[in-house]
Amino acid sequence: MTEVDGHRPLVLANARIVDPSRDIDTAGSVLVADGRIIAAGPEATSARLHGAEIYDCKGAVVAPGLVDMRVFVGEPGFEHRETFASASQAAAAGGVTTIVTMPDTDPVIDDIALVDYLLARASETSLVHVRPMAALTKELKGEALTEIGLLKAAGAVAFTDGHNAIRSPRMLRGALTYARDFDALVVNNTQDPDLVGDGVMNSGETSTRLGLKGIVKEAEIIMVERDVRLARLTRSRYHAAQISVPESLEAIRRAKDEGFAVTCGTTINHLTLNELDIGPYRTFFKMSPPLRTEDDRRAMVAALAEGLIDVVVSAHDPQDVETKRHPFAEAADGAIGLETLLAAAMRLVHAGDIALLPMLAAMSSRPAKLLGLDAGTLKPGSPADIVVFDPDMPWVVANDALKSRSKNTVFEDARMQGRVLRTLVAGRTVYEYAPPVA
Amino acid sequence: MTDTDATAKIAFPHRHLLGIEGLTMQEILGLLDLAEEAVEVNRQVQKKRRTLSGRTQINLFFEASTRTQSSFEIAGKRLGADVMNMAVASSSVKKGETLIDTAVTLNAMHPDILVVRHSSAGAVELLAQKVGCSVINAGDGAHEHPTQALLDALSIRRAKGRIAGLTVTICGDVLHSRVARSNIHCLNALGAHVRVVGPSTLMPRGIERMGVEVHKSMKDALDGADIVMMLRLQRERMKGSLVPSVREYFHFFGLDEEKLAYAKPDALVMHPGPMNRGVEIDSAVADGPRSLIRDQVEMGVAIRMAVLEALASNLPNH
Repeated sequence: MTEVDGHRPLVLANARIVDPSRDIDTAGSVLVADGRIIAAGPEATSARLHGAEIYDCKGAVVAPGLVDMRVFVGEPGFEHRETFASASQAAAAGGVTTIVTMPDTDPVIDDIALVDYLLARASETSLVHVRPMAALTKELKGEALTEIGLLKAAGAVAFTDGHNAIRSPRMLRGALTYARDFDALVVNNTQDPDLVGDGVMNSGETSTRLGLKGIVKEAEIIMVERDVRLARLTRSRYHAAQISVPESLEAIRRAKDEGFAVTCGTTINHLTLNELDIGPYRTFFKMSPPLRTEDDRRAMVAALAEGLIDVVVSAHDPQDVETKRHPFAEAADGAIGLETLLAAAMRLVHAGDIALLPMLAAMSSRPAKLLGLDAGTLKPGSPADIVVFDPDMPWVVANDALKSRSKNTVFEDARMQGRVLRTLVAGRTVYEYAPPVA
Repeated sequence: MTDTDATAKIAFPHRHLLGIEGLTMQEILGLLDLAEEAVEVNRQVQKKRRTLSGRTQINLFFEASTRTQSSFEIAGKRLGADVMNMAVASSSVKKGETLIDTAVTLNAMHPDILVVRHSSAGAVELLAQKVGCSVINAGDGAHEHPTQALLDALSIRRAKGRIAGLTVTICGDVLHSRVARSNIHCLNALGAHVRVVGPSTLMPRGIERMGVEVHKSMKDALDGADIVMMLRLQRERMKGSLVPSVREYFHFFGLDEEKLAYAKPDALVMHPGPMNRGVEIDSAVADGPRSLIRDQVEMGVAIRMAVLEALASNLPNH
């Protein structure tokens, strides 16, 4: 960030203020100065902010900037797919003000020097906040713990092996026990690689018709149940990164009911798409966990509305033609999603499946709280990380217009309702919607 | 199979043949009728026609196959096409060239028809999106092998006089079989009753939703069957978590005279080849009077000629 922050106060007037951190959904104004929120609410007045820019929201929503808890960037090692610069532009355009990066880079983020490098690089080139998750085990191999204490002190917000699942129950038990001493959050990708085998999509009629090898949902359920058992045993903070089927939630529900620090997330893809979207072998829809059935999707949406699913992520994972333009079984997993996260989430709101406040909570206040970030809130005194969006404005996702360096979106040509108008990071405008010239 | 005017009567409005799923009964029957004529041509001394004269056909096999490739080669040559075989498995793929690269390279050579086999489901469809010519799927992973299903249908119709109303039992490794999937689509479209049988480890989930009866024992599956269609079981499946041994597999699912007796007295036996004698089928049955297996090979050439002709009729002439 080269400009001086907070050079001119800002008033976001005529807003619908939605602040899930305080359970507020009200008309009013938000006042920003010196990179922080001065006031937010119906009583907020611009009288004391002389020389402020007045931005008329015209009834648009003003909410905490989103905190996306699962983002693969590609820097270092895969800069041709995505850099902090390009990822942060996509994030800013999508209303995401904090991206939490995964350690699956080359080299793997498993050493404090690499956390230092990453944070320095991000502060030079990123428009939005970058908070890294570090590797839980060295080189993501599942064999030896990383220096959790030192890495946390260096700025790692949680510990995960990213795409890899912690396979060995002995290793996970050790990791959870050790992490507890530092109050560190352990995040696991709960897909049992042995049961997944060489499966490439959800197992069932559709995989049979397509002649593709299936992945049974038990590959996830069994691992979630195992992980939750170990989290209970060790009384540690545990987060299942991306759940795709409702049966996985049963163990999580029991643990939550009994007061254990167990949480879970899912991806926006699993809430808005199903296995039939793969259609004629479209590899952009290949992901892990795989897209499931429509029944699964609906049950997951209901669990989100109920509050059982804590966090919704984009699972932004840039892949290029080298890794995606292959026969389905040979193509890489993953889809980008930073720029479309909020708009896709608005589909659920417009469909009446969930109210706006809890939807935004799952993408801002809850992940911020889980990771201990000073973000995801409009509380006075907080950093002015803010998204202004029109919940109703229609737009069509155009691949060429996406900011990400990779174009593997599952929402190509999709019609969206809900558009980001302006994004602020620490009071500085990092994105402003420009209406197309007629 | 005349040299001219043939195009007028062919009602096959598709640029490619990527699978049986989605074809109508009329389209399938049209191809079978066209193939009947090719059968007659193939039995004459003068087999050469000029239907594909000037056309270039490239057989692009990413997965080795002597039988299917030579069948397509003979079919193309009898129709007068210039046929080239490319065994990609041994050349460019090893150099790291992707499927798309190969497709783009070949496309620049202006072929009229590509015949493609690939070990990955959907690969032929992906390739078809990147080329300007007609594409025939000669087998993609466990997805489809449409010309096999068509030649099976032709063999059945010639032997039984009809397909509608017949009971056809498909036996063995349905899980890994593109032949089974294409046959299920084809036989259902033509009005047959289709059953499948095999160990549960070799039955794909949800197969019953494709319009088949699923059986666990050969006795039940073959009871009253008109056609017994065996599938090849690859020997590498005989370990790990699918099938414990050849002995056990043959005992329960191998087709011998004893099990064939459960079917109708005039039931016929089919196999897409190449056979694993003593694994899924006993030699006495394979070579016996009720075997259609050699007819299937003959019908293979005829069906491929019909498919080539039908697709060529849609190719631009300028």
